[in-house]
Order: sequence, then C-alpha cells, then structure tokens
Amino acid sequence: MAVVFQKTKGLTDVPFHYCPGCTHGIVHRLVAEVMEELGVLDKAIGVAPVGCAVFAYEYFNCDMQEAAHGRAPAVATGIKRVHPDRVVFTYQGDGDLAAIGTAETVHAAARGENITVVFINNAIYGMTGGQMAPTSLIGQETLTTPYGRKPGNNGYPVKMCEMLSTLDGASYIERVSVYDVKHVLQAKKAIKNAFTAQINKKGFSMIEVLSSCPTNWGLSPNEALKWIKDKMEPYYPLGVYKNTLEEVKQNG
Amino acid sequence: MAKVLMKGNEALAEAAIQAGCRHYFGYPITPQNEVTAYMAKRMPKVGGVFLQAESEVSAINMVYGAGGAGARVLITSSSPGISLMQEGISYIAGAEIPCVIANVMRGGPGLGGIQPSQSDYFQSTKGGGHGDYKLIVLAPSTIQEMADLVQQAFDIADKYRNPVMILGDGMLGQMMEPVDFDNIKKGENHIEEKTWATTGMGTRKKKNIINSLELDPQMLEKHNIELFKKYEKASKEEVRYEMTNCEDAEIILVAYGTIARVAKNVIELAKRENINVGLIRPISLWPFPVEPFEKTVNYVKRYLSIEMSMGQMVEDVKLAVNGRKPVYFYGRAGGMVPEPAAILEEIRKISGGAK
Repeated sequence: MAVVFQKTKGLTDVPFHYCPGCTHGIVHRLVAEVMEELGVLDKAIGVAPVGCAVFAYEYFNCDMQEAAHGRAPAVATGIKRVHPDRVVFTYQGDGDLAAIGTAETVHAAARGENITVVFINNAIYGMTGGQMAPTSLIGQETLTTPYGRKPGNNGYPVKMCEMLSTLDGASYIERVSVYDVKHVLQAKKAIKNAFTAQINKKGFSMIEVLSSCPTNWGLSPNEALKWIKDKMEPYYPLGVYKNTLEEVKQNG
Repeated sequence: MAKVLMKGNEALAEAAIQAGCRHYFGYPITPQNEVTAYMAKRMPKVGGVFLQAESEVSAINMVYGAGGAGARVLITSSSPGISLMQEGISYIAGAEIPCVIANVMRGGPGLGGIQPSQSDYFQSTKGGGHGDYKLIVLAPSTIQEMADLVQQAFDIADKYRNPVMILGDGMLGQMMEPVDFDNIKKGENHIEEKTWATTGMGTRKKKNIINSLELDPQMLEKHNIELFKKYEKASKEEVRYEMTNCEDAEIILVAYGTIARVAKNVIELAKRENINVGLIRPISLWPFPVEPFEKTVNYVKRYLSIEMSMGQMVEDVKLAVNGRKPVYFYGRAGGMVPEPAAILEEIRKISGGAK
C-alpha cells in the first residue's frame, strides 16, 4: 500500500496536551515540517516559553531548552552565540513575548540576533486561565478585564510586527493566521521564509501567528476560528512587514 | 609572563579567559566596569564572544542558554545587578547548568552606594532566588587569589554542573596588586564531555533537554534530593579556608575577603598589647568551613566576626561554634571599611575584664 500521509519527523510521539480546537498543535506541526523539509532537525536547538507551550520541549524532535517566562530570546541568544552554525528558534506566546519579555524580544531584534521567533498571538493568557494579554482587543472580556478591556485603564493592544519591523536588525517579519486551510498553507510558507532568513544569516526573524483559544474565549472551536478572522485580523492585519530576503534576491 | 600589576576586576577577567572561558555576558554597573571593558577588548582577540546585554535579567538568561549549550560562561555584576539575576540563577541551578558568576559587592539596600561592602553574604550563601538550591561561593582576599579562585571556579562548576559564585567587593575589584598567571595552581581541568548539552542532535540518537520544570511532585522531590546529594558532596570536597596565628589564640577573628586583610594587621597590633589574636578566613563561604572552629573551639576564649555589613556571616559562625564559646560581631556598613584601630578597640572591649 502506498503511504499517502506520514507524520513529520520533526515531532516526537508524545501526545499534545493542548485543549480541543486550540491551534498550537497546527503551528507545532508547521514548524516541525519546515525544519524537516529544510533538513535542519539534526542541528536545530529550540527554546520553549512559559505559557501554554511550556511543554514544547517534549514535542519538537530536536535539542530543546526551557526558558524562564519571557526570556526565550535571551536564552536563544546565548545558544546561538555558542553555536552560530546551528538553527536556533524560540516558540512563545503573547504574554511571554509581548509583556514580561518585551525587552528581550526587542533587543534580540535590535541586535539582529540570527534566530527565528515563532510568536503565538491568541489575545489571552491561556495557561493561567484567561487573563488579559498585552494583545487582548479593546472590549475583550477576560478574567482580569471582566467588563472588557478599556483603554483608559488597560491601554491598547501591542502590535509586535509593526514595532519590530522598524528595527534594522530584523530581517524577516510576517503576520499570518491558521483559521482556514489557505491561511495554514500561507503560515507554513512564512515560517519557512523565517528559518531560511536565519540559515542565510540575515538576522532576526519572527512570524506572528494569530491563533485561537476556544477554552478561554468561551467559544466553540469553529466560533473561535471565526473570531480570529472577524475580530483579530482587522486589528492585526496579516502580511509581510519586513523582508530582506527579497532585497537579496533583487540585488543578486 | 612575569608578574603583572592588575586591578582585581581585570585579573578576574583574564583568569576566566585563561580558564578557557570564551563567552561573557554582562551589563554595565559600578564597581565592576573594568570586567566588561577588559572582556570587550580581549574576547575578540581570543576568538571569544563578549556581549553587552540590555539588562542583567537578559544577561543571566544568555548565560543559561550558552551554559546549557555546553560553553564555559562567565557573568559579572555588582549587588543591584546580582539581585536582578536571582530568577535566572535559580533556573540555572535547577537545570544544572555550570557557569561562574562574580559579584563585586557594593553597599545596599536598594541603589545603595558604590563603595565596597559585604552585605550580599546572605543572598549569596543562603539562596538569593527561589527554591531549594545552593551556590558554591568563593571569596578571594587578594588579587592573586582572585585569579586562582576564578580558574578553580570553572572546574568546580563543571564538576557539579552548578553555578559557582566569586564573591568580591568594590575594594578588591578596584585595587591593584601584582598577579602571577604562570604559577596559578590550575585545576585538574578534567572536563568531562558535556554529553547533556544542547548542541544540536547531530548523530546523537536521543535529544537533550535543558529544563527546570517538573509538575509531578514526586519527581520534583526526587530532583531536589538529587541536587542535595550533589551539595552534600560539595560540602565535603570544596571547603576552603585559611588559619593564621590560631595555635595559642585567646580571641579568634573570623573575616573573609577585603576585611580579612585588615584583620591580619590587627593580629600584629594586638600582639603589642599582649593579646593573642588569631584569624580564621573562610575562602569558601558555601560550603562554610566548620573544621577550623572544631580545631579551635576547645581552647579559644571567644570569636569575633568582622564584616563589612550589619552582621551576616556571624550567623554561620554561631552555627559552627554552636554555643560552645561566645561569638561577637563588629562591622561597618554602607561602604565603610573597619579600620585596624577600631577592630583592636573592639577586641579590647570584649576581652575586657577577662584580661
């Protein structure tokens, strides 16, 4: 019998602990498939965050370090400076990357640290039970904004792609989503571009993935996917924010 | 290479390079800025990495990453910066990553001052971060000893897969003394291959994970017990101290680092007044040397702990003496260094009626 589908070698056989309808699983698979296709699994070193993806070190089939909350880009910097020829990536959520770890994220990008960051933006703290994230939308109800996020009290959602693309050290920055097949395929292409930027020693690359959290949003998996499209995407426009790969192509 | 005249901070940096350290992460803070300047100059020349991080928080996590990736790593700072690193140090101890951390202490609390102090003794020896862990803490009192201990520190860190702290102060960091790097008693340098490091799997079958998370309480307790077996071994094998004039002493001073130098002068001053004073100088602050107290407790009349703090090491002295003889304390804080005359006066005071 012909094999028509095989699980990527980039993932271990450990079952995911994610909630039903959560898109972490999809993004894990995309990252793993990209690493396999680029042939870098044997020289990849990943850094897991604190948050829902804390167990990412169990799932990716490569060497892994588990970082303190928000510090993954600093940890990845340490690894990359020891092994500049390895492929080093972080996998972080919005609280990790855009709240407690903002400084580490911004300065890794500013240094042009040659690492790849996969950033899951689901507009909420998942693991701790649904508190406001730096990326929660205006009006969004969470455990810590029970009457909705109000600018007067909570300020405005942080747009990381827009911020980081202003930095000269950033080589490839794109925002994608995974709410339907078309967007999943686009997301994979984006992740591949980001890893390719690193392999070509272009500097800091980050892919922001608009993701779902049905459990803490209080929606069904299908409603949650629709919520990404209807609510998140208008505030967080998808697209390529920085691409030095193309410059090189044009130049070369 | 003959003896070179160097600042303590420079000797610390050079000793690390000579110990094979090729990765240094830091952030500017007084009084340890000579270390970053020295590393920025020297590291590129020896094919190493100097990286100025955006904060001490970031720097210590770079150490986590680099140490976990198998490198010999050094990080240095001074008191407020070391406070910022405590989270990272706890993770490093939990994940069993070897590295060397140097604290060139200044006065606190808070922003405090920039003059020398020893007020981070508790933070260094009792676990400044969260959770059950220990640092192996070494305290030099000369620039030569700074160079010697830094070299040993890297070997000890690798031996135990544990962070080792060099605890100095602004005085040691800033003052100059001749250092002989040729005759440094180098450690065995038996660095076992770091088969646990995240280097990329290559042809290795099993992936390596650097981690301090364990949600199963039974497993976490097991990990705690394993760590303490390691500390138990270190508390037997890494004890370092120096005894001066203790044989017939009636009063024994206990002092480490900068203030131990002053205490040595006091021995001579006291002799002129016919007071026989000795000195126990702990070199390893953790493990704290109990042995010199066992050797002296039967005949000495009293101990006097002298510190550049409001009294921290004195608690370990009391634990070691365990009520068998009176333990006194004299200290200055905030960047003040006790003078020999003041210490002598204190000695007169406590020996008072008995003499």
